[in-house]
Amino acid sequence: MYQTNQYEGMIAETVGMRGHNSDMINAYYAHPIGPGPFPGMVIIHHAPGWDEWYRECARRFAHHGYACISPNLYFRDGHGTAEDVGAKVRAGGGVPDDQVLGDLAGANQFLRSQANVSNKVGVFGTCSGGRHGFLAACKLKGFDALVECWGGNVVQKPDELTPKRPVAPIDYTKDLSCPMIGLFGNDDKSPSPEQVNQHEAELKKCGKNYEFHRYDGAGHGFFYYDRPAYRQEQSVDGWKKVMAFLEKTLK
Amino acid sequence: MCTMITHQAKIQGRGKNNGGDWVEVREANVSYDHPYDMPLEHALNIDFVDESKGPGIRVAVELSVEGARNLLKTIQAVLDEADGRGVLEDIPQAAIAGNTHAHAS
Repeated sequence: MYQTNQYEGMIAETVGMRGHNSDMINAYYAHPIGPGPFPGMVIIHHAPGWDEWYRECARRFAHHGYACISPNLYFRDGHGTAEDVGAKVRAGGGVPDDQVLGDLAGANQFLRSQANVSNKVGVFGTCSGGRHGFLAACKLKGFDALVECWGGNVVQKPDELTPKRPVAPIDYTKDLSCPMIGLFGNDDKSPSPEQVNQHEAELKKCGKNYEFHRYDGAGHGFFYYDRPAYRQEQSVDGWKKVMAFLEKTLK
Repeated sequence: MCTMITHQAKIQGRGKNNGGDWVEVREANVSYDHPYDMPLEHALNIDFVDESKGPGIRVAVELSVEGARNLLKTIQAVLDEADGRGVLEDIPQAAIAGNTHAHAS
């Protein structure tokens, strides 16, 4: 934990990185100053867009000693305010899972090519980003920890599958290749408490290393301080649990 | 949750963009999903856009479910009343095809 007589500094900037199909996309990269080695974190934004919250999130992790990259998963959809681009992607039914996985693999590679990043890289995502994080930790090699925050649509009914999202992530549970922590609000509609139970049952059945934390009095997105869903007490506790989990798994 | 419930209507119209300028809009993207500003987890969102011009051309509204239903009924009632009085008019197809940046006045 930070002590008041410690030097602290970070660099946070927009960078270019190779994503799916080796496309050049942009990303926000925040990392502590110093030789490291710092564990890496890939931060996945939610469906509404690559917005300021994820920049702050990246800086928060950097403050705690992680080199973090947040790729712009909507880079190919044009540029404008995060809201306008997010609205465009919303109208198109989101981005394809395969493309997201390619971008996340690229983000992992970006971190692993940095001289001051250790050989441990985690992945963090909220909402659709939680779903993408779970997919990445199952389908890609090279993630050492997963933080899934209220991942919606991990459990999907057959009629909810689309060409862009052809497989329900829960079906990949057996391939999960790293420890995971999951945070959920008991008032959430997606994932509903029943879906969280299904998610957990599958992890248990497959013998995976996981911890789930369910919060009463919280719904979807209870970390978002700029939305009415914010829940101070649950959020503070959730962040503590996330940091303790990463301390254990990545440091 | 991201519902990804979204439909698109082709439209002809004008909307006032963020900068206060009137812009041509050609599509209405209607979704029931996370709003950006309405203090709800989900809202009925309508983005009036011109896809050919990029994401920045967007006139957005985010409505409660009740508000959206009221709007729907009201639009229908106004169109019915105008139709009943024989005053409905529409843009000639030729004008749409040849369209343009001219503002409606």
